[in-house]
Amino acid sequence: MSIIRASRLGFDYIKYNDESEDAEKVKAISDISFEIEKGDFIAVLGHNGSGKSTLAKHINALLVPTSGTMWIDGVNTAEEDELWKVRQKAGMVFQNPDNQIIGTVVDEDVAFGPENLGISTEDIWSRVDEALGKVGMLGFRDRSPNRLSGGQKQRVAIAGVVAMRPECIVLDEPTAMLDPNGRREVLEVIRELNKKEGVTVILITHYMEEVIFADRVFVMDSGEIALEGTPREIFSKVDELKKLRLTVPQVTELAHELRKAGVEIPEGILTIDELVDALCG
Amino acid sequence: MGEITLGQYYPTNSILHRLDPRVKFLGTLVYVVSLFLVRGPFGYAFCGAVLLVLIFLSKVPFLYVLRSLKPILFIMIITMAFNVFLTPGTILWRWGFLKITEEGIRMAVKMGIRLVFLVTGSSIMTLTTTPNSLTDGMESLFGFLRIFHVPVHEIAMMMSIALRFIPILTEETDKIRKAQIARGADFETGGFIKRMRAMIPLLVPLFVSAFRRANDLAMAMEARCYHGGSGRTRMKPLRYERRDVVAYAAMAAFLAICIVFSVTGL
Ligand SMILES: Nc1ncnc2c1ncn2[C@@H]1O[C@H](COP(=O)(O)OP(=O)(O)OP(=O)(O)O)[C@@H](O)[C@H]1O
Ligand SMILES: [Mg+2]
Repeated sequence: MSIIRASRLGFDYIKYNDESEDAEKVKAISDISFEIEKGDFIAVLGHNGSGKSTLAKHINALLVPTSGTMWIDGVNTAEEDELWKVRQKAGMVFQNPDNQIIGTVVDEDVAFGPENLGISTEDIWSRVDEALGKVGMLGFRDRSPNRLSGGQKQRVAIAGVVAMRPECIVLDEPTAMLDPNGRREVLEVIRELNKKEGVTVILITHYMEEVIFADRVFVMDSGEIALEGTPREIFSKVDELKKLRLTVPQVTELAHELRKAGVEIPEGILTIDELVDALCG
Repeated sequence: MGEITLGQYYPTNSILHRLDPRVKFLGTLVYVVSLFLVRGPFGYAFCGAVLLVLIFLSKVPFLYVLRSLKPILFIMIITMAFNVFLTPGTILWRWGFLKITEEGIRMAVKMGIRLVFLVTGSSIMTLTTTPNSLTDGMESLFGFLRIFHVPVHEIAMMMSIALRFIPILTEETDKIRKAQIARGADFETGGFIKRMRAMIPLLVPLFVSAFRRANDLAMAMEARCYHGGSGRTRMKPLRYERRDVVAYAAMAAFLAICIVFSVTGL
């Protein structure tokens, strides 16, 4: 059974105007259907306002679909009795690390989720140790989050989700506010969780380099999934991506241009090494 | 930017630091009450001696403790001056309408000692307790108010979130201030009104950002299954140890002795 299943999902934001009484509807997602298997690494791309965050919030039941249905591990997110179960199964990491850390000490913050689940004190300790270990932040457990780097803060936020033992983790542009080093740290942790622990990962990002690691890529455009496929498939559609106002990795673009100019190399080159091999091999 | 120390916590590893925050809170309360019970010189000497012992036990440098008196120095001098000059009684010295009385001096000294002890005494609590553990202690101590529908857990949660965000918002204020100065804003010159006016371009972005942060944080808390205090367990629950019981016993003895001083007027 697939861990996440969406069937004809639709969502409207209701916007209240200052002057007029009547509410205005903003369509953020329209008629999306997809399935994600356990252990998958999914990357979601799309320009600003294409509905990525709205979709992410549906997986965590922060938003409930206006039409259609979303199931997490077979549980309908619209059922209020199952709300906490859904949120335990599907953890969420947000963009700004400062705005999602609740505790004034690192380990107390990681404990926040398990505390809410009503787990015994001993179990909370073992889960916190385990989660901090997995993100490589055990040495920082007594620190104040304010004194950590962006990448470290984001790893603490991931540990906070990991400590709830979720089946899948949704990360909404977790690296957008980080420097290249922080980005690498965080991405490494995410990949490790996916590979070693088998956690399903849904990574929303603007960075094309981060997409390369995904099993599948969704490209969103005005509330719909416009393209779907493996990173190689997606990146061989350079012109289509450009139409969706997305850039491709520099190497991929270079390879694409070379191909157009008549050089014989395959489509969808993702790394510099591949391009070197294709040109010199 | 330096980290602001809220409630001036001074990290050392002393017995007072390790005491349960509830003990320290109630202890402070008992001490303050006792200061108003005792009347005679021996009573004050006793309270002062206890204070010295506490400072010694806390391992916080003596001068550092005294620094907590700085903000009340002004109020203290005013209060003492009023007492010295305005208390009626046996006149010792007079100059025009100003007169100093024996009772006035006695009153002023008493007030001064009380204020000094009171502020130093309560700062021992804040120096040895992290704001967070103090919040936890208050939540537990005032838990009984829940039966009167006081949202104790929510208030404690608000306090600890405020503690987490004050440094962040201070830093942000600094950033915005610099950004506005770079655009030619002037926060330094002009009268009171002009300076208040100058604060507007500082406060508006700060408020907008604070609201966005609050919104984000609420969402992050919900995403992590937060649903109020019911059914919530703690990673570091407050548990009384032997030393806390001993501290309570010492507190009771102290209060008893102060009551004796009060009754006898020594
Ligand atoms: N709270 C809201 N109220 C009304 N409309 C909203 C709200 N949040 C988002 N929208 C609208 O819904 C659409 C999708 O927004 P969403 O935040 O999901 O996009 P996104 O792909 O995450 O964009 P970004 O890359 O900027 O994060 C946009 O048109 C946006 O204006
Ligand atoms: Mg978004």
